Amino acid sequence: MNIIYFDNNATTQVDPIVLEAMLPYLQEYYGNPSSMHSFGGQVSKAIQAARSQLASLLGAEDSEIVFTSCGTEGNNTAIRAALAAQPDRDRIITTQVEHACVLNVCKQLEKQGYTVTYLSVDRHGQIDLTELEAALTGSTALVTTMYANNETGVVFPIEEIGALAKSYGAAFHVDAVQAVGKLPLNLKTSTIDLLTLSGHKLHAPKGVGALYVRRGFRFRPLLLGGHQERGRRAGTENVAGIVALGKAAELAQQHFQSTTLEQQLRDRLEQGLLATISDCQVNGHPTQRLPNTTNIGFKYIEGEAILLSLNQYGVCASSGSACTSGSLEPSHVLRAMGIPYTILHGSIRFSLSRYTTAAEVDRVLELMPPIIERLRAISPFNSDRADWLQDREEALASK
Amino acid sequence: MWDYTDKVLDLFYNPKNQGAIAPCEEPGIAVVFGEVGSIACGDALRLHLQIDIASDKILDARFQTFGCTSAIASSSALTELIKGLTLDAALHVTNKEIADYLGGLPEAKMHCSVMGQEALEAAIYKYRGIEIEHHEEDEGALICACYGVSENKIRRVAIENNLTTVEQVTSYVKAGGGCSSCAAAIEDVLTDLYKEAKTLAAEIALREAIPQPPLTIVQKITLIQRVLDEEVRPVLMADGGDVELYDVEGNTVKVVLKGACGSCSSSTATLKIAVEARLQERVLPTLVVEAI
Repeated sequence: MNIIYFDNNATTQVDPIVLEAMLPYLQEYYGNPSSMHSFGGQVSKAIQAARSQLASLLGAEDSEIVFTSCGTEGNNTAIRAALAAQPDRDRIITTQVEHACVLNVCKQLEKQGYTVTYLSVDRHGQIDLTELEAALTGSTALVTTMYANNETGVVFPIEEIGALAKSYGAAFHVDAVQAVGKLPLNLKTSTIDLLTLSGHKLHAPKGVGALYVRRGFRFRPLLLGGHQERGRRAGTENVAGIVALGKAAELAQQHFQSTTLEQQLRDRLEQGLLATISDCQVNGHPTQRLPNTTNIGFKYIEGEAILLSLNQYGVCASSGSACTSGSLEPSHVLRAMGIPYTILHGSIRFSLSRYTTAAEVDRVLELMPPIIERLRAISPFNSDRADWLQDREEALASK
Repeated sequence: MWDYTDKVLDLFYNPKNQGAIAPCEEPGIAVVFGEVGSIACGDALRLHLQIDIASDKILDARFQTFGCTSAIASSSALTELIKGLTLDAALHVTNKEIADYLGGLPEAKMHCSVMGQEALEAAIYKYRGIEIEHHEEDEGALICACYGVSENKIRRVAIENNLTTVEQVTSYVKAGGGCSSCAAAIEDVLTDLYKEAKTLAAEIALREAIPQPPLTIVQKITLIQRVLDEEVRPVLMADGGDVELYDVEGNTVKVVLKGACGSCSSSTATLKIAVEARLQERVLPTLVVEAI
């Protein structure tokens, strides 16, 4: 069965050109880049080349790139590095819809005495800059927000956020894991001090990422050890992964124009689903959204059941329902947006890539209506019971 | 991706007995439904039963489920398990039997089988005119505010399924699966449960290890009272019922069934399985229990 892959916000396929670029560093060029001999030296040069490729994509300087193992490491490092550099400040501002690797760090920091403000989002998943400004004080050490949300694709106005943060002397960190390769960036002219990205979201393999650290920003490393990455991230480099990330960054730059095609396909999918299936809605901002992401809630049914039905036909997507995760809590992002339970549990994320084809979109459009119809036929909460359901939901909300 | 058995997948893709049962005007036939679950939790089950009034048998069972793969498969399994049973027999179908019918469920999905068992009870209680409030376990202290799970329910499901950890309780009844601030309270409930179980087990082991002289009538009554209080009543109370020792004449134990048990038409089964068997096991194999 052919796989029809609509889960690119979870991970992407490794581009064949990327794979080709990295393979020699798993076989032929296995030297340690820290070694003094020329066999290691040529590996070191490959890392430097990758650094330049990535810096070019970001509009950054080579020296501002620190290679990491993943987005989680980047976010953990950035937050702790920023706080360690400003010991006289004890306040952090973030949002309710961040990735767990930011939220859980913030929760732990609260236990250590920091005060954290979690900015709310509106029903479109967008933050309110007035709320941010009200939360900022002279004690704010760090503002950390995502660029684009992984579940809904909603894009935050990062330059406005950064400008406000700077006006209070706070450091500004952006988790751009979902945005890099999909949205243009020019860090030279940006207010961003620290920016996180992850290779496997842009057609590099898993296990490699990077952290941008603005030149001159006071930085305290998370991992201590050797002098790799100019002492900012100790540990022998994942050379093949770094080479792959460099090549993936180069390809992303070349493919920026194809995001228009991705968006056209995304819109075709989204509009097709809305047109052929009743009682569904897009969860997210109508326009301030990644070009590849749509999150649609289908009333009266549960997301895992939709996913497994799609899986029968080789279609891979994602859901914000509790049943898809080890946790029993449904998506914190959709909850923060105030999405009603009736829709929240039946929300499906389709995320496209430059490999997505019109035929795949059409196949999903063909499969979805009967799947939704079948599951709604099983559900007791069909539209004839909508009033009853509404009452239950209101009762729950009032608790 | 959850690791589902082929049976779970089969009943998800091809559910049996899906849908509602229309109200029936035919004499001697009753139609009833029971409903459990919540929108917030993400799963709910509406179980419909068609009952032959004279024989008290389930002629047909159908389901409507809002939930995941395992919730739909568990509902379908339940309907297959109970068709043809008397209501008394159906009341003894456990969530474990539902899970076993499916070839097992991932532990984190066991609450789907518990939901099936509860919907069945809800439907039968409704048919028998027992106010659902009598059966609700809300009377016990509320442990998990996120999912509205009481201490009684945790105790009952933990006993029935031999649960020993907070994680297992979460998998079976969802308690602790939200903000998880109740994890310590769940742990306390489990600790109490197993402390009780250990004490009783130690006493029984001691009794079995040392040849015991026959119990005096006072010893017998004291032991019967203790087993009733510590082992039997918590289980019945979790189901909205209760039992009280009335008298002991020789080897005949006379009890009063109270609450939901008093008005429940499956009280004979309760008496034999929940009370008599336990007293025979713990006190004397020759005991006979009668309700007055």
